[in-house]
Formats: sequence, C-alpha cells, structure tokens
Amino acid sequence: MMAGAWVTVETAVLSMVFGVLIALVLTSMRQARNPLMRGFSNAWVSIARNTPSLFQIYILYFGLGSFGLHVSSWIALLAGITFNNAGYLAENFRGGLKAVPETQIRAARSLGMSALQGYRLIVVPQLLRIVFYPLTNQMVWAVLMTSLGVIVGLNNDLTGVTQDYNVKTFRTFEFFALAAVIYYAIAKVIVLAARLMAWRLFRY
Amino acid sequence: MLSTSFTGNDLLFMLEGAWATLRLTLWAMLLGTLAGVVLGLLRAALPRLTMPLAWLLDVFRSVPLLIQFVLFNALKSIAGLEWSAFAVGCVVLGIYCAAYCTEIVRSGVLSVSANVNRAARSLGMTYFQTLRYIVLPMATRVSFPGWINLVLGVMKDTSLVLWIGIIELLRASQTIVTRIQEPLFVLCIAGLIYYVMSWGVAWLGTVVEKRWQEND
Repeated sequence: MMAGAWVTVETAVLSMVFGVLIALVLTSMRQARNPLMRGFSNAWVSIARNTPSLFQIYILYFGLGSFGLHVSSWIALLAGITFNNAGYLAENFRGGLKAVPETQIRAARSLGMSALQGYRLIVVPQLLRIVFYPLTNQMVWAVLMTSLGVIVGLNNDLTGVTQDYNVKTFRTFEFFALAAVIYYAIAKVIVLAARLMAWRLFRY
Repeated sequence: MLSTSFTGNDLLFMLEGAWATLRLTLWAMLLGTLAGVVLGLLRAALPRLTMPLAWLLDVFRSVPLLIQFVLFNALKSIAGLEWSAFAVGCVVLGIYCAAYCTEIVRSGVLSVSANVNRAARSLGMTYFQTLRYIVLPMATRVSFPGWINLVLGVMKDTSLVLWIGIIELLRASQTIVTRIQEPLFVLCIAGLIYYVMSWGVAWLGTVVEKRWQEND
C-alpha cells in the first residue's frame, strides 16, 4: 500500500506540474487579442470547471477509444486530472493577475526593463505569492482526485491497491480505513510543507 | 457514419439519472447547510472550545470522497443498518458538505466586524437578536458566493456515488455506452447535461447576489 501511496503522490505531482504549465499558457491565451485563442482557453476553463473530474477521465478513457486511440488507465487519469487542474489554476492565475496592479508593469517598463523582464521579475513573483495558497489547495485536490483512477481500472495507486486487497479478502472497512489514514497523512504533509515553504519564501 | 442507435428512451434514462444527481445534490446541500450553519456559528462563537470539531471536519476534507463512500457503506453493513444506497450517498455527501459549509459560515460570521456587534448590543439587543437581525444577514451576503461554489462542487462530486451502486447521470450514460458502444457521443451528452445544470446553478447564484446587492 505504501508503494501505491507513492504512485498516488507521483501522479498528483506530475499532474500539478503539467497543470501549472498549461494554466500559465491558458492565462496568457485568455488575454490574447486573437478571438480563436481566447475562445479555446475560455472553453477549456469552463468545461474543466463545470463538469465532474470523473466525467473528464471517462471521456479520455472511453471516449478516445472511438478514435482508435487506446490509452492506459494511468494516462487517462493523469490527463484527466491535468485537464482539471489546468482549468482551475487558470482561473486562480487570472484572479492573481488582476490583483497585481497594472501600474507595476508600467513602472517596471519605465525603469528600463523589457516586457519579459517586467513579467519575470515583477509580476510573476507577486503573482506567485497571491496564488500560493490556492496552489496548495489544488495540490491536495489533485491527490484526492487520483483516487478516481480505480473507476477506470487503475490498480497500482493507493485506492487501486486497496481495492485489490478488498476484492481478495473482503475486509472492506479495514483496508479502506487504512487508505483513508494514508490519504489524510499525505494531505497533511502537503499542507505542512507548503506552510514551511511559504515561511521560507515570503519572509519579507 | 452519422447514424446512431441512441434512442429517445436512452435520453429519458439519462435525464432520470440527471434527476437523481439533482436530488442527491439537494439532499446533501440541505443536510450540509443545516449542519454547517450550526457548526459554523459554534466555531465562530467559541473558537477555542470547538477546535476538536475543526480537526474532525478537516478529516472529511482531506480524505477522498470515494473512500468515504466505501467506508461508510462498509460501516453501514457492519452496523447492520438497513439503509438504501441513496441514503448512504446523501449522508456521506451531507457530511462532506457540512465540513466545507462550516468553514464558509465561520469566515462569513467572522467578516462581520466586532464593532457592528458591539453597536447592536449597546442598542439593547440580546445576543440572539444581534445574531438574528445583524450578524446573520450580513454574513449571508459574504458567504453566499462560497456557498454557490460549494453547490457546484457537490453536484460534480455526486458522480462518485456510482461506486456504491446508485444510478445517477454518469452511471446511466455508462450503462447506455455498454449497450450501444458509442462512448464519445453518449458521454458528450452527459457532459452537456452536467454543463447545463452547473450553468443553471451559477446563473441562479448571480441573480440572487444581484438582488441582495440592491440596497448596498
């Protein structure tokens, strides 16, 4: 089960990394002038936020099959969570970006920084501070969402392993209680680590 | 290529599933909100004394809902309760809701400044009068957007009850997929229904919010 927990954490971290990257792209696309790009990212965000994550995993797992694309359940799970994360995070980033006043970028530009420098050195650090808490939350969510993999037949993450034991021994309550404890521990470790990181990063 | 064996009856079956989803959401929200308001008020009034409560509710937010369903279902069998799967789903979702709702209500109540409270008390209102006429109306406005978000979240989380054998929207569509083997099409319809339901709730939320802001 500990090996399963590791797979769970791994999946969650991977989905978070991809999710953040895609969310950044989506956020910048949402401010683009091109209506096609804006429409695409808006559609992504609203679909990700308005349908259940299980549904998104289903679409990826069963739906892609009709294009002759057969993905493993792990890939479907990872892609589903990433899709979901990206949608939620893009919304967070947008809120964060709004909270950084526009005059900051103007001030940076008038100090002789290039646009890229302005974004990299001025806006992003402030943005990070604002979205840090939602980011932690989303990380916990990602861990919890990996438990959905078992519905599409994943059997090596924490829930999958638990379900395996459950089918073998019929000791449902004991095994799932243990799994719940491990999930709780993982969530707490994430929150604690985030708090330590915040304390280290945002000291001034 | 564009022909399909999806019939009107299938659509009806899915709509029935959607109705089950809505009913689950409604019950869960009812249970969760009632418990959440009471617990949230307690948390705001006696923060020290109710710390254990916060820890307890934190557990429900840190353990996957799927596992909660399975655990509760197993617990039900162990305890020998004769509940239907639907009732189990409602109760688990209700507790889950209550855990979130408590935080929402607590932050709403705490957002009412202490001076407002003092002013009300010095006008001769009793504690409960202050709560009823001053604090709650102000806290409701603050908490409402969070509450609507919670409704949306719970509606999406109801899809997990398929694991304990309730036929809701997603399970219904899966049943149809198994029969007619057109996963993408059927799932798209399911997605559309979910989208419309979420959109409806969000719209209702904005309308109510706007209405309440009229005399701000």
